[in-house]
Amino acid sequence: MAQAAAAAGDALARKGRASLYRIGGVVIGLLVLLVAVNIATHGNFLAPGNVLNILRQIAVNAILATGQTFVIITAGIDLSVGSLVALTGVLMAGTLAGIHSAWVALIVAILVGLGIGGAAGAINGTPVVKFGLPPFITTLAMMLMARGVAFMYTNGAPIEIDNAGFNDLGTGLLFPSLGRLVHIPGIPVPIVIMLLVVIAASFVLGQTRFGRYVYAIGGNEEAARLSGIAVGRVKLGVYIISGALAGLASLLLAARLNSGIPQSGLGYELQAIAAVVVGGTSLMGGRGSIGGTFVGALLIGVLYNVMNLLNVQSYAQEVVLGAVILVAVLLDELRKRYLAAR
Amino acid sequence: MTDAVAPAVTPYLAMHGVSKSYPGVQALAGVDFDVRAGEVHALVGENGAGKSTLVKILAGAIQADSGEIDIEGKPVRLTSPKTAEERGIAVIYQEFNLVPSLSVAENVMLGREPVKGLAIDRPALQAQTLAVLERLGVDLPIIAEVRTLSVAQQQMVEIAKALSVNARVIIMDEPSAALTQDEVGRLFEIIRTLTKQGVAVVYISHRMDEIFTIADRITVFRDGRYVETGDAKGYTPDDIIRLMVGRTLDAHFPTLPPDPPRDKPMLSVRGATSAGRIEDVSLDVYPGEILGIAGLVGAGRTSLLRAICGADPLPSGEVDLEGRPLRLRGPHDAIAAGLALVTEDRKSQGLVLGMSVRENVTLPHLEMFTHNGRVDRREEISAVAKLAAELRIRTPSIEQLARNLSGGNQQKVVLAKWLLEKAKVICFDEPTRGIDVGAKAEIYELMVGLCRGGASIIMASSELPEVLGMSMRLAVMRQGRIVHVFARGEATQESVIRFATGTAA
Repeated sequence: MAQAAAAAGDALARKGRASLYRIGGVVIGLLVLLVAVNIATHGNFLAPGNVLNILRQIAVNAILATGQTFVIITAGIDLSVGSLVALTGVLMAGTLAGIHSAWVALIVAILVGLGIGGAAGAINGTPVVKFGLPPFITTLAMMLMARGVAFMYTNGAPIEIDNAGFNDLGTGLLFPSLGRLVHIPGIPVPIVIMLLVVIAASFVLGQTRFGRYVYAIGGNEEAARLSGIAVGRVKLGVYIISGALAGLASLLLAARLNSGIPQSGLGYELQAIAAVVVGGTSLMGGRGSIGGTFVGALLIGVLYNVMNLLNVQSYAQEVVLGAVILVAVLLDELRKRYLAAR
Repeated sequence: MTDAVAPAVTPYLAMHGVSKSYPGVQALAGVDFDVRAGEVHALVGENGAGKSTLVKILAGAIQADSGEIDIEGKPVRLTSPKTAEERGIAVIYQEFNLVPSLSVAENVMLGREPVKGLAIDRPALQAQTLAVLERLGVDLPIIAEVRTLSVAQQQMVEIAKALSVNARVIIMDEPSAALTQDEVGRLFEIIRTLTKQGVAVVYISHRMDEIFTIADRITVFRDGRYVETGDAKGYTPDDIIRLMVGRTLDAHFPTLPPDPPRDKPMLSVRGATSAGRIEDVSLDVYPGEILGIAGLVGAGRTSLLRAICGADPLPSGEVDLEGRPLRLRGPHDAIAAGLALVTEDRKSQGLVLGMSVRENVTLPHLEMFTHNGRVDRREEISAVAKLAAELRIRTPSIEQLARNLSGGNQQKVVLAKWLLEKAKVICFDEPTRGIDVGAKAEIYELMVGLCRGGASIIMASSELPEVLGMSMRLAVMRQGRIVHVFARGEATQESVIRFATGTAA
């Protein structure tokens, strides 16, 4: 029996390696690309300043994609996150008017951003859970409504945020002493928040009962229900997580732009879905990981950065990104077939 | 005994020395198999014997590594499902390949619709379908959508579809699995109609009685190897079982423990009613007892088990466990109370196929392994490894995906889910459907072991020998009601069928 357990332990380790291998193709591609670009840009690309720049630029997308990963593993989809970024952003900007204390502003912004985002997620999830509506429809409806409310609330004009303490969230630096080691002034706050979100989400999905249930529901909802899982609560939970993380991403964006802008977040939901899919999560549900999603977001961010460094025209950038998504998922599919046929 | 008939006729289809291997598995090792025009040829073997691999090769879905396939004496290469179809080979799988939202006629003629100009010629479509159905001697509503038909009727559509592409060999994989006794009889009539027209049928089944009713010849496979072929008349069911398992199975069913004392019931159901499914059902099960439930398809066996275990709501009626009334709002409450349901369809309801054996087994009981919000995998592994060894689940590792296990081992995984935390009442719905003889015997032994441990078992099955052989008492359902309860040793196949069909006095 002890032997059996040991054998199972080995198998678990092998499975761990296998899942590393699963996103391994993307990682290796990324590394090769990094080195090649670094040479082409005479070392500017991997300079600490540029690396921080990339990480700061992907923070919003990585956080949205993290929430999206939960939803997609249950075989759902959340199209509303881009509009929720705009809605929570303008509401935060509106409520912050007249607040001068940095700490009060922070608490209010978190309550408004995560609260409204989470509530919108609950509204997305409820018809899915109670009436079996397709999540595509409920989140599409939320996408339109949230965007509309954002415009109504602002009359279409940005709302400025003049709270310096709050704005530091977008531009401030942490750990200056650590930064000095690599000759940078410090680590930007959005990067730290992004990493915390990714680590926490990775723990929840990989190590907790809730996470296991998310996979089980995406793999076979009926079997999950008959195993006693409260399927409705878990599904509602993933939409709330996605909505709340949209509020958090919006907070970082608003702090960086010093304003709440009703036009912001356009198309962000698709960028997030792209990161999830490039990261190896199946749209059919049941499979995927936060680590993969982070690598996916990083790959997309690196591509944009590289194209900027190489002065690729912005219209052409979209073409390249589309092609990369297609090729990445195609390669993943071919590799799966190869493994299945072995 | 090997092929007693002289090879005077060239078989329509002949396979020689066909092999197929997957990494680590020799699925087929140089097997021979031939089919003569107009015969019913039963192909038998335990799960893993290589039947499915052979079927896939004949269907053109996979290619053999070596060996030869001849059609009418000439070697052919079946490189795709299309070439197999052109060579007159059709396969009817357990899961039908029909489009539920199209009509019978549209399904039969799918991909070969007669056209007039750019549009489908509906009168011709229907006329051609009617002609095929007439050849089969069946009557189906040809403009009805396929999803409105019964399973048996859908199967007829599949057969008609095969016939309409001029199939000369129709391979039927477990065709009777979802049929009632009557429907099986109807299927046999259709098979005889086919064979009279020179169409050969390869009949794959685990059910000995059916094989001996319908088959002209029988071929036995074991562990990917050809064992022998012979006239069905020359064998007894025990001969075939011996050839399949390579050993004698003197008893199919284990000896049941003596009846437990019937003083305090473990589970009592009173007046359970769910409109259109079950009507005023009352029953008691005692600790250590196996209560069998027989009945035709649609008699309400599955609905009863699902209502007891909280899988479906129970609008009226009462379920008491150990004398205390239960309020079941869903499966979660039933599981917490100690009720377990082993569903009839393990793939769609019992397992998450894309999850490992470990993850499937612990799914209903994850709270046991959760400390400070974190699921402890080491604990999961040791608990599941122990169970897997006890149940003799054959898998390279408990990290293997459930998808990759054979039917019998998948069923053991489903069972393991409910053994991790001792269930008080276990409801089995078709506990051995589609699994091989050896695994069946092991499942039966496990059921007996659970009884000895004091659990109560309610077992619904459409296989009469199974309910007769495994029940201490046997309840027969008809049209949603329990119409009779046999005491131990009273029931016979005939008497059960009489109650199930309503012909009992």
